[in-house]
Amino acid sequence: MTSEIFLQTLGSGVLIGLIYALVAIGLTMIFGVMDIVNFSHGEFLMLGMYSTFWMYSLYALDPIYSLPITAVALFVLGVGLYQVVIKRIIDAPMLSQIFTTFGLMIFFRGLAQYLWKPDFRTIEKSLVSGQTSLLGIQLGTPQIVAGFGAIVITGALYLFLTRTRMGAALEATAADKEAAQLMGIDSQRMFALAWGVGAACAGLAGALLSTFFPIFPEVGASFILIAFVVVNLGGFGSVTGAFIAGVLIGVVEVMGGYLLGPQFKLAIVLLIFLAVLMFRPQGLMGRA
Amino acid sequence: MFNLMLRPLKYLGVALLLTVVSTLAYAQQEIKIGVIYPLTGAAASTGAELKNALELAADVINNGAKGVSGLPFAGGGGLSGLKGAKIKLIFADHQGNPQVGATEAERLITQEKVVALVGCYFSNVTATASQVAERYKVPFLNPESSSATLTQRGFKWFFRTTAHDDLFVHNFFAFFKDLEAKRKIRVSRVALFNENTLWGNETTKLETKLTSESGISVTKAITYPAKSTQLTSEVQTLKAGNPQVVMQSSYLGDAILAMKTYKELGFSPDMILANNAGFTDTEFIKTIGKDADFVITREVWALDLANRNPLIKQVNDLYSARYKMNFTGNSSRTFTGLMVLADAINRAASTEPEAIRKALSETNIPGNQLIMPWKGVKFDETGQNTLSSGILVQIIDGKYTTVWPFDLASHEVVWPMPKWDQRK
Repeated sequence: MTSEIFLQTLGSGVLIGLIYALVAIGLTMIFGVMDIVNFSHGEFLMLGMYSTFWMYSLYALDPIYSLPITAVALFVLGVGLYQVVIKRIIDAPMLSQIFTTFGLMIFFRGLAQYLWKPDFRTIEKSLVSGQTSLLGIQLGTPQIVAGFGAIVITGALYLFLTRTRMGAALEATAADKEAAQLMGIDSQRMFALAWGVGAACAGLAGALLSTFFPIFPEVGASFILIAFVVVNLGGFGSVTGAFIAGVLIGVVEVMGGYLLGPQFKLAIVLLIFLAVLMFRPQGLMGRA
Repeated sequence: MFNLMLRPLKYLGVALLLTVVSTLAYAQQEIKIGVIYPLTGAAASTGAELKNALELAADVINNGAKGVSGLPFAGGGGLSGLKGAKIKLIFADHQGNPQVGATEAERLITQEKVVALVGCYFSNVTATASQVAERYKVPFLNPESSSATLTQRGFKWFFRTTAHDDLFVHNFFAFFKDLEAKRKIRVSRVALFNENTLWGNETTKLETKLTSESGISVTKAITYPAKSTQLTSEVQTLKAGNPQVVMQSSYLGDAILAMKTYKELGFSPDMILANNAGFTDTEFIKTIGKDADFVITREVWALDLANRNPLIKQVNDLYSARYKMNFTGNSSRTFTGLMVLADAINRAASTEPEAIRKALSETNIPGNQLIMPWKGVKFDETGQNTLSSGILVQIIDGKYTTVWPFDLASHEVVWPMPKWDQRK
């Protein structure tokens, strides 16, 4: 492996890993705050992609400019979904919760197929199209921008959770729902907030992805499996853990795939996942 | 006395009556053919297209087609071997379900009393429906299913007019040979890049065998999951092997992702030789635009073949006047399937299954009577048409253009494809 190929695979791995991280962060947040596994998370990503695509093709709005709109739209969708559906199953058995979010997944996919047809679409020309040479390696500009965007969004989320009252309240609810409620924190509001922020994260990941990945109703399925691995590896509920794990998985997937043969790339990822489950079941940063 | 005079008259009358009845019977004779296609379900739109093609073929056989003199039956008057009998198609819907396909085949044979079956587009449905036909000893003609295994079952009553997946892969290597003979371009190093379901794996196996037989070295053989989120490691591996040609089998999503990753990582082989599927999907060119240019992909049919074979244009005109659409690789093959079956029934001059089966096995139709780019129709003992083949089309200015076989080409092969940084 020459240093050029090393840098190239490392770069590509980190960039795709940052996207994995952003998808997983939304997932881990919802789980951390209310212990519900959201199987429809990949569909938030898909909706984020479509939101970006339609603003691009109908109103000629560049994916970069439509980012805030997508974020708000997905936030509203997340909160709305919580109020209308999720609220009713908070105390339901886990199986009902799984079926509910699984049902939402099928619903959103079906809806997307019905409204927008199962066709593949791409955003052909955006502000970030093209290539960038960096340290002698070639990277797609959309990927670089997407990776950078993922860092900024994660950073902002981190600051929100650690530096603001509302963020602290969210963390408190995640740590202990009853105790937080006794301290006067409205847990219902926090749950809604978690869904809003979680959905917005996935939507933003989708928006960033849409500049270089084809858009179709089942696109969420490709990312959700990896997101679950990342959440597990990082530790359920840990935002920092998910971030680190996301990048790690991205690098391992690309570099391991190159070194051992691409047919093993997912196997390597899942092997690491198994090892973590055996030796550190709470994940890298999870609370034991 | 009276009786004696009357007796001959009586005989004459009976004889006359019999003749009239029998001519009537012949004049009205309908040859029932059962056709089983996905008329509802996910592939319903393809099913509708195939139904159109079959109805056009039946109309040509029964009533002729003006101005298409090169086509068999174009003179009109039905099946001359059966005193002008007409073909009647009995449609059945298999919904994409192998179980339904088998049930429908049974119903058509036992209740509708069809003399032969045509179908079923999906290889897995063709497999079950033809099993029923084999059991009832009724000829089954398959115009468009491409799984190679269908003709490896030792069936006596199964006939397939199209080339199958294995033959298509053979075409790639015939193309390499022609390329060296006619254009002095020698392909000596290829990479195999196939998705990892049954189709991709079978293709990899066959390509590995054929490359070693033709003295071509394989720099890398990669199979990958079609649902990948990134193909960076794959493309990086391909690039490190520095092949002349990438032979690729992909579905649509991964085909698009692969093309984007090639461009991103600046991977420019001399040629990307694609195995249909994602690369011929109507969305492929639409989605990646100019970046799709110069890719060569395997096809079964293309409209520009009409430039070389006037019959294709004439029959396509009939079709498009009627249905407001052009033939595709599927509908043209289905049309051809029914024409071949009608030819056999006509030669058999009988509706006995065994006579039709025998006539089918003796089929010998020259290529110039077909709307396909084949050398003709002639079945081997497995029921496979040995004269059928695929074509190669290259994407030039956003259009699929026939480039191989060279005698059917409407454009010279552009080789090598320009490097990414040298494209306009």
